[in-house]
Amino acid sequence: MTDHLIRRGLSRRGLLQTTAGLIGGSVLPAMPAFAEDKPIGTYPAGVSGSTAFIGISVPRTGTYAVQGEDELKGYQLAIEHINSGHELIKKISPKTTKGVLGKELKFGVADSAAKPNEAVQAQQRFISENKAIMITGGTSSAVAVALNKLAQREKVIFVCGISGSNDTTGKDCVRYGFRQNFFGQTAAAAIGPVMVKQFGKGKKAAYLTPDYTYGHTVTKSMQDILATAGWTTVTNQVAPLGAPDYSSYLLNVANSGADVLINVNWGHDAVLSTQQAKQFGVLDKMKLVVPYQVPFIARETGGLMQGVYAATDYWWTIEDKFPLAKMFNEAFDKKYGYKPEWGAENAYVSFAHWAHMCEQAGTFNPPDVIKAYEKGETIPSLVGDVHYRPEDHQCVRPVLIVKGKLQKDMKNKEDWYDVVEIVPGEGLMQKPDAFGCHLGDYT
Amino acid sequence: MISWPNLVSQLFNGLALGALLALISSGLTIIYGTLGVLNLAHGAMFMIGGYAGFVAYQYTESFVLAVIAGSLFVMLLGIVMERLIIRHFYHRPHEDQLLVTFGLGICFVELVRLIFSSQSQLVPPPALFQGITNLGFMFYPTYRLAVVGIVAIALGALFIVLYRTRLGMIVRAGIEDSVMVDSLGINVYRVFMVVFGIGAMAAGFAGIVNAPVVSLTPGIGDDILVQTFVVVVIGGVGSFPGAILGGLIAGEIISVTSMFNPGYAYVMLFAAMTLVLVVRPHGLLGVQGRE
Repeated sequence: MTDHLIRRGLSRRGLLQTTAGLIGGSVLPAMPAFAEDKPIGTYPAGVSGSTAFIGISVPRTGTYAVQGEDELKGYQLAIEHINSGHELIKKISPKTTKGVLGKELKFGVADSAAKPNEAVQAQQRFISENKAIMITGGTSSAVAVALNKLAQREKVIFVCGISGSNDTTGKDCVRYGFRQNFFGQTAAAAIGPVMVKQFGKGKKAAYLTPDYTYGHTVTKSMQDILATAGWTTVTNQVAPLGAPDYSSYLLNVANSGADVLINVNWGHDAVLSTQQAKQFGVLDKMKLVVPYQVPFIARETGGLMQGVYAATDYWWTIEDKFPLAKMFNEAFDKKYGYKPEWGAENAYVSFAHWAHMCEQAGTFNPPDVIKAYEKGETIPSLVGDVHYRPEDHQCVRPVLIVKGKLQKDMKNKEDWYDVVEIVPGEGLMQKPDAFGCHLGDYT
Repeated sequence: MISWPNLVSQLFNGLALGALLALISSGLTIIYGTLGVLNLAHGAMFMIGGYAGFVAYQYTESFVLAVIAGSLFVMLLGIVMERLIIRHFYHRPHEDQLLVTFGLGICFVELVRLIFSSQSQLVPPPALFQGITNLGFMFYPTYRLAVVGIVAIALGALFIVLYRTRLGMIVRAGIEDSVMVDSLGINVYRVFMVVFGIGAMAAGFAGIVNAPVVSLTPGIGDDILVQTFVVVVIGGVGSFPGAILGGLIAGEIISVTSMFNPGYAYVMLFAAMTLVLVVRPHGLLGVQGRE
């Protein structure tokens, strides 16, 4: 293995890391807790045959259904690529040949409807009946937080799908959970300065906030960041997830005297509230900002994102800069007939990273896979090299700032945004313990 | 920070929402009052009205034709549903009726999701009602103002059918005593079919009229169904005027509570329903003792 790495032109630091890893690898099997055949969670029962099972829960109904479907397509493409040893997977997980550690991946899909109890029940079933070796999914931070707890209890690794709450790898972090997409706090840190530059200091902001962990933490982070530039909150309208109508909230916003409307809503809630903001003349009175961009919002609102700033994980036009993004877009477009949005990208990459870590660990044994993540190794993603922080299991990755394109500037029907800036993750991240993360036990 | 413009605009908003709820609820309550069937597919009818109108709009680009197509399609669907399925459940226990209509509702939603995906679909308001109107004391979306008028006309038409026509007379007589109507030589079952169609059409009409306000998704009828049942309970089960009164009360409760604390809007709605149930178990305008 060392020969192979050196042939590929390993740096001195890399060699030291590899050596440390090899020493660690030779010591770990001797420790009883990490013994290869000591059962933990669904290991080794779940991988005793020629296959390994993955439990996927995404919302296929309810306010996050559109994003859930996109996310699911990302998972399915990743599994197909892993099982066939696709070139793109090999770029992210070089040791992958066919399947993970030679085991073909099978999967089951459950509709979470973005409800924590439904997601937990489905995943519990995947764990007990199918011996799922890994569970994944999300599209609601409330679901992600609940699955974190399930993963820790059952000792089965949870690779978090879409989840923007600070709590997911903050106060509700767990040893068995990993997140590839960023904190609400990170999004706020990236887009805050852009907003101040664009709209000026000392502005009045109105917020539309969905009433759960994602909404509250993103709003709080935006308020904190913008307060440093003298921005104040004139109203914060908190609506339940899946509110059927936003008119009452928007009347309060319209009468608030705000300069900027910060719409924290997500999924169909964001689409509906933005459309209705237009109906009530709110968007004529004040600027709109969507701090955490919502997949498909541009097309679903029929052009209301024109000129609107948003922070996002991924936008397909970065393929000019990132070859892996280009490969992903082409494979996805070929299979599904549209350019992937960030839900699909997030699902694909976090899944590929899990495969990478299993291959690195050389086993599905959960504590060993966790240890592989916790090495903090720099690994490829579609938006350049990234790494996971050992302290909170959060991926440190860049944030894209996009601005909605005017219709006349769109080169094709999917050319909705300009990528204004790609902000490196390191400078945006708060300290790992800033949101009270205490990872639990390995065993 | 409660200002007069805000209060008045919220009251007006409550009126717009209430009018819509009144129309959907009237369809539900007519079906229940006449046929004794609690139609849990009513929310799906509302949703299908929107989608049928959306399809018509895609082909014709005419909002008026979209409304006509949406309403007629759901009326037809209601009639087919009554002929093929519901009529077999008239003499079955209420639980069976609830389960079969609930199941139908789920099938309709999934069918629409299969055809149109979950992405929301837009039906723009007619050019005449686009933009915002300055009422002097507030600005309000023109189309929402129009919705209040359109729904008022629809409710008026429904009132005339129920209270000024022979069909309406038979329907109301059927509510009181269907055996008596039957013995007078009137084919009660044919009337029932028409009633189911009209009730469904009220939901379908509301669905397409409301489409430019909320944009369409397959799950759009789920929330409306719950609110509609609350309205019917408040107004009095089986009472047409009760549905209108209940709708307006529900609309105002949701809207005014939202001004103070939006999170409590539905809490207050259910609190009001509970209060009504305690004080007047048959609803505000419900008839006591009717089967």
